[in-house]
Amino acid sequence: MTDVPHVPVGRRILANRLFLAVCVFCTGLAVCVLAVLIVSIVMDGVHRLSPDFIANFASRKPQEAGIRAPLVGSIWVCAICALTALPIGVGTAIYLEEFAKRGKFTEFIRINISNLSGVPSVVYGIIGLTAFSRFFGWRAGAAPIALGNPDSMLYLQLPFGSGVLAGGLTLALVVLPIVIVASQEAIRAVPNSLRQGSLALGSTRWQMVSQITLPASLPMIMTGAILAMSRAIGEAAPILVLGAPLLVLETPTNLMSDFTVLPMQVFNWMKRSKASFQEIAAAAIIVQLAVLMSFNAFAILVRQRLQTPLQ
Amino acid sequence: MVSPAVAASTAASRGTPIPRAARDRSEVLVKTVLLSFSLLSIVTTFSIVAVLGFEAWRFFTGFPDTPGIGIIPFLTGTEWNPLLGGEQKFGVLPLVCGTLLVTFIAGAIALPIGLITAIFLSEYAPSRLRIVLKSLLEILAGVPTVVYGFFAVAIITPALQRFSDAFGTFNALSAGIAVGIMILPVVCSLSEDALRAVPQSLRDGSSALGGTKFDTSVKVVLPAALSGIMASFLLALTRAIGETMIVALAAGGLAQMTLNPTNPVQTMTGWIVDIFFGDAQANSVEYASSYAVAATLFLMTLVLTLVGTAILKRFREEYE
Repeated sequence: MTDVPHVPVGRRILANRLFLAVCVFCTGLAVCVLAVLIVSIVMDGVHRLSPDFIANFASRKPQEAGIRAPLVGSIWVCAICALTALPIGVGTAIYLEEFAKRGKFTEFIRINISNLSGVPSVVYGIIGLTAFSRFFGWRAGAAPIALGNPDSMLYLQLPFGSGVLAGGLTLALVVLPIVIVASQEAIRAVPNSLRQGSLALGSTRWQMVSQITLPASLPMIMTGAILAMSRAIGEAAPILVLGAPLLVLETPTNLMSDFTVLPMQVFNWMKRSKASFQEIAAAAIIVQLAVLMSFNAFAILVRQRLQTPLQ
Repeated sequence: MVSPAVAASTAASRGTPIPRAARDRSEVLVKTVLLSFSLLSIVTTFSIVAVLGFEAWRFFTGFPDTPGIGIIPFLTGTEWNPLLGGEQKFGVLPLVCGTLLVTFIAGAIALPIGLITAIFLSEYAPSRLRIVLKSLLEILAGVPTVVYGFFAVAIITPALQRFSDAFGTFNALSAGIAVGIMILPVVCSLSEDALRAVPQSLRDGSSALGGTKFDTSVKVVLPAALSGIMASFLLALTRAIGETMIVALAAGGLAQMTLNPTNPVQTMTGWIVDIFFGDAQANSVEYASSYAVAATLFLMTLVLTLVGTAILKRFREEYE
């Protein structure tokens, strides 16, 4: 041990009290910031909220503008993102936790995933633009190949262009590391005795995973999935890079439709200098926050309802 | 929900047994599918490196009709003037400078406040208060960054302008404060996890030796959790460097070498937004420059993440 200087008890107690005061101050500051944030946005935008605001399309006149296109666009993109990122993310987590042998290769995948989670979302936007919208420059300049009927929801064009499919897949890249890490933690939390019991009864690995591990870890996986989706629905940078049009006057009808999303619409309106656009941006933020709060509340509900202690 | 143990016994007794060969085949199939899913993460990394590397290389070595910029002038140039008309200059340092200035301001705000709040939550706060505060932080963590951008423009900047006339409509300080608020929950919740992972016996030992709560928290728990706290700092700074929407809204668009927080700055992410939000020609030099800037950004965040992982691994204190 190094020599510890002797500090009188009185002074140490004083230090303790001072530090507690600093702690309370800092925590209070954080809470105040949250309060100011929410109050200021509500004050700015609440008088613009109306059924018309939800039902109308965007407009050059702020008093007539609404968020119908971005709201529906957000739902489409979020659904595509969920349908791709969740199976792939949970599958990766299952492989890493239940099938992979511990070794250099598994360690490499693990480090790789932690690096991917640090990549800025704007970089994913550039990758999404290059890989999904343009297929790495394949058929650049030529007309895209059409597959299927344009009236059908599953109409495809190759390359994808900047439709909802490309948007959803790009957001899937952004949230994939989050889904993987959350699912890994969920699977790791399942007690080993359950696995051993299943294997002892003669099940294969996959039978064990599908009938024991997955059902037991489902609440935690779903909580992580919902939080990942709330991240996806708030991302604007990747969608901006993909090139969402400034003014969208239609809701998407198929996977190739042009779209915009709520945070992107907020950004567009904020970029206008007129104060009335700032007000409708605030109103759109209120809707966005309401959607996010309901996501979070749902996550908490799932966690509490489905979680049974496994001891 | 059926408890897993019951599910196990019903599964074992359900119906006719599946022939062994079929079972093995589906087992191999499932394993292959899952393996290919996890290989997708490697494909993603490979695509990022390949796309950014290829496009940045074209930017450095030149297009058929325009000369390349060169990697040394790009990395060491102190002038960023990509607009046509006048001489185009592509030195990335002003953008790096802008990014670091905003990140520094954000870190100076979020790291101390986040750490102290984490200590309060983990060591001082009663459990009820802790739960309430943690869920408030979760809300803060879920707020989309474009909302913080709104906050910076609509609230922080006017407040700053009341203090001093030096602040323009767009300035580095306003963006930095907003980024700081954005990364605060990251620092706080990860540091708190690290602090709570320190075993209770260490706290008990310190108290038994006559340590006050302050002595225990700062001289015993904090050093024990240091690796986790450092990792949370690095992760938060990585987020700040890559943050896009806040700086695009609040920092302005003037690339300059300045450390004065009242000035407008251009960050690396801000430049990428300007290119893709504006109408730059897809084959122009300034369009290609965004890939080179993105590659620089990617390398910076990669190094920070790797250092964070290394710290966690190397300096983790294991307690039983």
